[in-house]
Amino acid sequence: MAFRAAVVTFPGSNCDRDMAVALEQVSGTAPIRVWHGDAALPERLDLIALPGGFSYGDYLRCGAMAAQSPVMRAVAAAAGRGVPVLGVCNGFQVLTEAGLLPGALLRNAGLAFVCRTVPLTVENNQSLFTAGYQAGEAIRLPVAHHDGNYFADAATLERLEGEGRVAFRYGEDVNGSQGRIAGVLNDAGTVLGMMPHPERAIEPAHGGSDGRALFAGAIGALVGA
Amino acid sequence: MKVRIHVSLKPGVLDPQGRAVHHALEGLGFAGVEDVRVGRLIELTVADDTADDALDAMCRQLLANQVIENYRIEKLAETERAG
Repeated sequence: MAFRAAVVTFPGSNCDRDMAVALEQVSGTAPIRVWHGDAALPERLDLIALPGGFSYGDYLRCGAMAAQSPVMRAVAAAAGRGVPVLGVCNGFQVLTEAGLLPGALLRNAGLAFVCRTVPLTVENNQSLFTAGYQAGEAIRLPVAHHDGNYFADAATLERLEGEGRVAFRYGEDVNGSQGRIAGVLNDAGTVLGMMPHPERAIEPAHGGSDGRALFAGAIGALVGA
Repeated sequence: MKVRIHVSLKPGVLDPQGRAVHHALEGLGFAGVEDVRVGRLIELTVADDTADDALDAMCRQLLANQVIENYRIEKLAETERAG
């Protein structure tokens, strides 16, 4: 069955096309493009992707305005029904602001915008989104963000670690994130938010293709082998 | 009615901006600055009969992110009305 994904575009998204290209390259089917003002999502989606960028100019807080947009009410409802949601970079910030993932993303501890390829470890390969990796696998993905410093209170961090909900961890201090957390899952494992950009590492011409396994693993599981 | 919403980072939440401003103040020669925290001030002009509950809901739902921020609502003098 053809893979049916949606990529949401907010005003200020700038990785939506990259996300759509990555999904099409790996799945063979172009995703449906959805606008932030759309109050309804297409039916029978296998995956919803929230891309990176600077939605609504990062007004108020990164992701705060996008979290209130009409499409996000539909995304929250779909996530509640178990539709997988992937949020990358600004998409991760939107997911935390919308309350679909715990914690928040603060200004990088070093204050500088960080734009480079960083080492990561796959902490949990039991989720839909990480099934394409080996547990503990060391990978490299690009990051490009100013506000990627993951924060959650001590009880939340303990819960995330204890429940295996840290999907990816930085191999070095990139932005001051607590526990060097780079990506977290919701309690059902169906919503993943991550600051690194897997969609920018799909083919060797990108300088690395370690992001491909994220899409390949998820798509393989969703369309059913 | 004018309302000021004071949004500040919770104690214990790292404030890199505050730290940078602190260093800059020291660089300017100001001694004795022990800590700097950068927050946000939001001024609202609302109908005079706006309920406190509504102001609180605005803060909780949008103006502050309670994972990392505290807020304080300060109501200023009610708008003067012509006789």
